[in-house]
Amino acid sequence: MSDNTAQPLLRVRDLVVEIPTRRGLLRPVNGVSFDVERGEILGVVGESGAGKSITGAAIIGLLDSPSRIASGEVWLDGERIDNLDNEGLRKVRGRQIGTIFQDPLTSLNPLLPIGDQLAETAMVHLSISRAEARERALAALVEVGIPAAAQRIDAYAHEFSGGMRQRVVIALALIAEPRFVIADEPTTALDVSVQAQILSLLRSLCVKRNTGVMLITHDMGVIAETTDRVAVLYAGRLAEIGPTRDVVESPGHPYSRGLMAATPSPSELADKDLRLNQIPGSMPGLLDVPAGCAFHPRCEFVKDRCRNAVPTSYPSGNSHSACFLHDAEALS
Amino acid sequence: MLAYVIRRVAQGALVLAIVGFVSFSMFRFMGDPLENILGQEATVLDRQELEDRLGINKPVLVQYFKFMAGALQGEFGVSYRNAIPVAEVIAERLPATLELALVSGIFAALFGIALGVYTAIRRDGFLANFIMTTSLIGVSLPTFLIGILLIWVFAVELGWLPSFGRGETGTMFGRPSSLTSWSGIRALILPSVTLGLYQMTLIMRLVRSEMLEVLRTDYIRFAHARGLSSRAIHFRHALTNTLIPVITIIGLQVGQIIAFAVVTETVFQWPGVGSLFIQAVQFVDIPVMAAYLLLVGSLFVVINLIVDLLYLVIDPRLRVERGAGAH
Amino acid sequence: MNSQSTSSEAQAEAAAPKGFLRRAWESDIAWSFRHSPVAIVSAVVFLVLVLGAVFAPLLAPYNPFDPSTLNLMDGFTVPMGQGLGSGELYWLGTDDQGRDIFSTILYGLRISLFIGLMAVLFAAVLGVTLGLIAGYFGGWIEAVIMRVADVQITFPSILIAMLIFGIARGLTPPELRDQMAIWVLIVSIGLSDWVYFARTVRSSTIVEAQKEYVHAARLIGRKPGAILRKHLLPNVMGPVLVIATIYLALAIIAEATLSFLGVGAPPTKPSLGTLIRIGQDYLFSGEWWILLFPSLTLLALALSVNLLGDWLRDVLNPKLR
Repeated sequence: MSDNTAQPLLRVRDLVVEIPTRRGLLRPVNGVSFDVERGEILGVVGESGAGKSITGAAIIGLLDSPSRIASGEVWLDGERIDNLDNEGLRKVRGRQIGTIFQDPLTSLNPLLPIGDQLAETAMVHLSISRAEARERALAALVEVGIPAAAQRIDAYAHEFSGGMRQRVVIALALIAEPRFVIADEPTTALDVSVQAQILSLLRSLCVKRNTGVMLITHDMGVIAETTDRVAVLYAGRLAEIGPTRDVVESPGHPYSRGLMAATPSPSELADKDLRLNQIPGSMPGLLDVPAGCAFHPRCEFVKDRCRNAVPTSYPSGNSHSACFLHDAEALS
Repeated sequence: MLAYVIRRVAQGALVLAIVGFVSFSMFRFMGDPLENILGQEATVLDRQELEDRLGINKPVLVQYFKFMAGALQGEFGVSYRNAIPVAEVIAERLPATLELALVSGIFAALFGIALGVYTAIRRDGFLANFIMTTSLIGVSLPTFLIGILLIWVFAVELGWLPSFGRGETGTMFGRPSSLTSWSGIRALILPSVTLGLYQMTLIMRLVRSEMLEVLRTDYIRFAHARGLSSRAIHFRHALTNTLIPVITIIGLQVGQIIAFAVVTETVFQWPGVGSLFIQAVQFVDIPVMAAYLLLVGSLFVVINLIVDLLYLVIDPRLRVERGAGAH
Repeated sequence: MNSQSTSSEAQAEAAAPKGFLRRAWESDIAWSFRHSPVAIVSAVVFLVLVLGAVFAPLLAPYNPFDPSTLNLMDGFTVPMGQGLGSGELYWLGTDDQGRDIFSTILYGLRISLFIGLMAVLFAAVLGVTLGLIAGYFGGWIEAVIMRVADVQITFPSILIAMLIFGIARGLTPPELRDQMAIWVLIVSIGLSDWVYFARTVRSSTIVEAQKEYVHAARLIGRKPGAILRKHLLPNVMGPVLVIATIYLALAIIAEATLSFLGVGAPPTKPSLGTLIRIGQDYLFSGEWWILLFPSLTLLALALSVNLLGDWLRDVLNPKLR
């Protein structure tokens, strides 16, 4: 164990991402803070446009121009990484932080054999020879469960099925043994039957290596089955963060409540007369985020205070919720 | 894959058959070659003697087969203008054209790809924008004006480079070549640049837009996320994917280069088949025109075939049959 | 009620006779034109050149093709210089025979523009007709037309134009060749470019021919000729206009190239390309103006038409390549 064990593996503080546009400054991520511990899987959940993927991209410094980190800090293992230059960030990517994207077909270069893509990644980060890199590539393929890996190491992406491709992508993300992995919707593009396999593979690999994972998804089922803790994002802000079981079973933020109620449990699914509890309205676009709590126009507990002030994070049970309902001072 | 190759070859054969037909029709049915050669004062005896020598008093079908069989052996009859066998004239002049086309093609492809990659990577840079704006004007300039402009600047005003001819030619592969001497290479520069400039601009613009497209793809993003260096991403990953659509265009541009060699050869008095063709058109020298048509037609068909086959080599997705067979 | 009244008001407004100019001014094309400096400058340059060509006999200070007005002593007068023989001022100088360069350019422009426009017109009429027939009738007619187009498109159009020019020359009696040269040029360039019109028109026709109103017209027994003319032709004219503008620039360049090579407009009726061919001979002897001014005129013409074509393509049909 290193000296850094006292610190969390990943620490994100007050992260703000801005996009300057002709119609004004957009903030797709607006003051988000969270930690991820070693060997822990943090789920990040929210609707599309809530800022999940942009948070992930901001951590590894891969925001699409003209988006930029406006303020906030990102620490990895006690080192600040949000202010690194391009070369510094490049050394973090792949070596310290592995990334898995949504669509395994488009994530792989169609013209290079997968073995070459694995080997080049290993050679960039670990000072090893071409032959050693190829051995490592083969070992990585075996580890992610590619059958007959020795024969398929020189195959191209289009020669694999969707699930196998995503295994290759995981092998690519993990080949330089990063300490932290960002998995952005890793199973969304896959068949339902393959999703569980990929998630359990990801989970077992990370537990084995004591890797921290940030698992971005919009699927509450994936959250409930795979993650240790969960962060709920709404309109670029953190609505609630806490142990998965607590958030799923007794959500503190009205938005999380709505989200859980809108996701049927297996027993509920068996009930034919089930009516899903939809939250009325929809998440605001980035151009018209309301003042105060961004959720207030849709909230059934809305108070005057919610319309004027942005709630900070308050403890609610084992979790923290950004909702005035949990403001102990106001309640007393 | 085999079916693909066969289909391409069959298409090429069809094009050649049609070109051969046009070529023969011209050769047989057009104009009065005897009058062209002998002038209007010729005697009947003169005419008969020349008819025998040119073989245009035989039945049409015989002439057709003779033409096609001859063409296959590089036999195209006798030039009306100077009564020399066409094959001899062409054999003498073809190397000069091929050399010019080859050098221009390489110039266009190398600079086109390099500038295209540069303008794509430094998308908003000053120099990249300057290159893009200049290229827009370059596309509107007729080839012969570019040639004249280059002659004016580099030959007349600066006196750096020769304005016409091939310079000293040595022997390469048993043929005269300008690439063997310094004066020959100097003589090649202006014609090659003139001929290749338009194609270079075209390739550059195409490479740029394809490259920008590729740089937006997921696998480039993923390559960044794996911490690969910019150089590896741009050249190993982005460029190879960019070049697939570009190769077709480059292949088709070879045809354009050969076509515009006619213009460039005239401007620079380059002794190739292009200037031969223009003289043939001016003097209505049908056998030379017909031979040139067949020659250029075959060249285009071969080039298109090579481009199609290159695809198979570069793009593994087209080799699916082989891939599936191996597993 | 309220919505009804506003819609009838809108109808009344639309029905009210608004001046044609006013409607044209308010159209999308005009808006985009007013907001594109490149298009405005190109249009002005093009318009000046067209006016110069049309009114060449009025504008030209001399008639360069009337030998009686030429003064050989005025030969090789520099721009803005006075002729040695006549003492007259020549703005752009004179050539070896004392011909006023400015006047020859105006007449050359006239010939270049005439050939370019007629060639595009010829290509458009031929291409649209064959495209409509191929798209509407299909079957073997379509197969033949499109195969010919496929083979032709393999070859660069400048080569085809040269070849057709050569063939046509072979078919015309030698004594008529110079006289016929301009018409031969028009046909050669037109025949080398019809393919592009035919391809676009064919695909638009196939789409259009499947629509209800064409079925209806067929059911009430209208003849194919009438259906093609009244229903299909107006629907394919948009893209044809764009292609025509783009190919006008190409036709002008093609004509200049052929004339420059000596297989185009004859020296007795010189186009800009012929003038450049003549001027090239004086490059080394220092009479730069004989070459420069015709070249600049050609460049201005080609560039302005090209830029206008680009602009029109973006405005009318962003999908058209």
